[in-house]
Amino acid sequence: MNESTCAHVNGKRVALPARPNVTLVGWLRDELQLTGTHRACDTAQCGACTVLVEGAAVKSCNVLACQVSGANIRTVEGLAAEGGPLHPLQRAFGEHHALQCGYCTSGMLMRAAAMVEEGVPAEPEAVAHALGGNICRCTGYEGIVKAICQGLREIRAGKLA
Amino acid sequence: MNAFEYRRATTVGHVVAWLRDEPDAKLLAGGQTLLASMQLGMAAPPVLIDLQSLPELQDIRLEQDHLWVGAMCTHARIARLQLVRDALPGIAKLAGGIADQQVRNRGTIGGSVANADPAACWPAGLLASGATLVTDRREISADDFFQGLFTTALAPDEVLVGVKFPRAGALHYVKFEQAASRFALVGAAVWRGPSGVRVALTGLGHGITRWPEAEAALSRRFAPLELHGTDFPADLCTGDLHASAKYRAHLAAVLTARAVALHQEHA
Repeated sequence: MNESTCAHVNGKRVALPARPNVTLVGWLRDELQLTGTHRACDTAQCGACTVLVEGAAVKSCNVLACQVSGANIRTVEGLAAEGGPLHPLQRAFGEHHALQCGYCTSGMLMRAAAMVEEGVPAEPEAVAHALGGNICRCTGYEGIVKAICQGLREIRAGKLA
Repeated sequence: MNAFEYRRATTVGHVVAWLRDEPDAKLLAGGQTLLASMQLGMAAPPVLIDLQSLPELQDIRLEQDHLWVGAMCTHARIARLQLVRDALPGIAKLAGGIADQQVRNRGTIGGSVANADPAACWPAGLLASGATLVTDRREISADDFFQGLFTTALAPDEVLVGVKFPRAGALHYVKFEQAASRFALVGAAVWRGPSGVRVALTGLGHGITRWPEAEAALSRRFAPLELHGTDFPADLCTGDLHASAKYRAHLAAVLTARAVALHQEHA
């Protein structure tokens, strides 16, 4: 395996698929069995498939796996340390009733995780604006925005990213 | 998604040669339009040529009279780079308003411009700014480059390498988003500089266009009220389920006036 035929998923080096016509979400879910990332609209609108590539939020249904060879990819499975406590964002989502059906949730969490580095202020208007690429049909967004504001504050205060 | 051959180019020469050998090949920039099209079955290229490993297409730098932006620069990078925000804040703001952060992290200025979607933001910004498009073999003015719906002056084997934005002058771009797609229902870019005023509109339906009547009016007096009572010609606009032609024509005037007001605010 060399850098052009593998990628790093949640810290683990994994071989990329042999055929190029595989999207990142297809590879993660169908070949790596990392089904935390969800396929909803499959047309790059809803953001449920959001993962991090080199720390940047991307819609994994609109990226080919072979485009991200050699890259560090983080999915929702990689948010909390293996066997460890919930990530501050995950805990905040629970506390603020930020999910109902859960379909958009992993995409929301990964989008929020990227907001730390982006410098999005932990304020409702800024967070809501930053969520422009993520749709939720259940919650009406209020709990999601509150949870992300809390999560961003805690992470920036040093409470375990 | 159709089966295809995937190639990663390491020189622009490769890309040109491959395009000549494989006339049905498509260039893969950020993939935010192309991959979605392929998944919907609207495109099925047998060969994809990935441009991400061409370092010369990633450069952003200030030259004496222009800002150089490489074709493979993402909207996100253009929006956040301090040197762009300082030199041409209107360009940074246009970039930061495209779609959403996830799309901006992958989508590129070159991909947007070469595709020339009639509702895209970058073509309007380039046309208003009087930008120059640089390919592997020549330079093309924005006025000559954009030729209608999804149509540019690029030859089938020609590769866009970057864009030169004049440093003189200022740009303000205002768009009214179609709520679901986030594309511009109509977008108005107004540039004011040493050579006068340029107005470019996107979203009207027949490809991006300048608006000579507005430019003349604003050259007489640069104020939003100069456009009061002047709509873009409705017969040059499209009517569809999102908006009537008349609505688009009126919106064009409203947004152009707002862009002028932004110029006055920031003067």
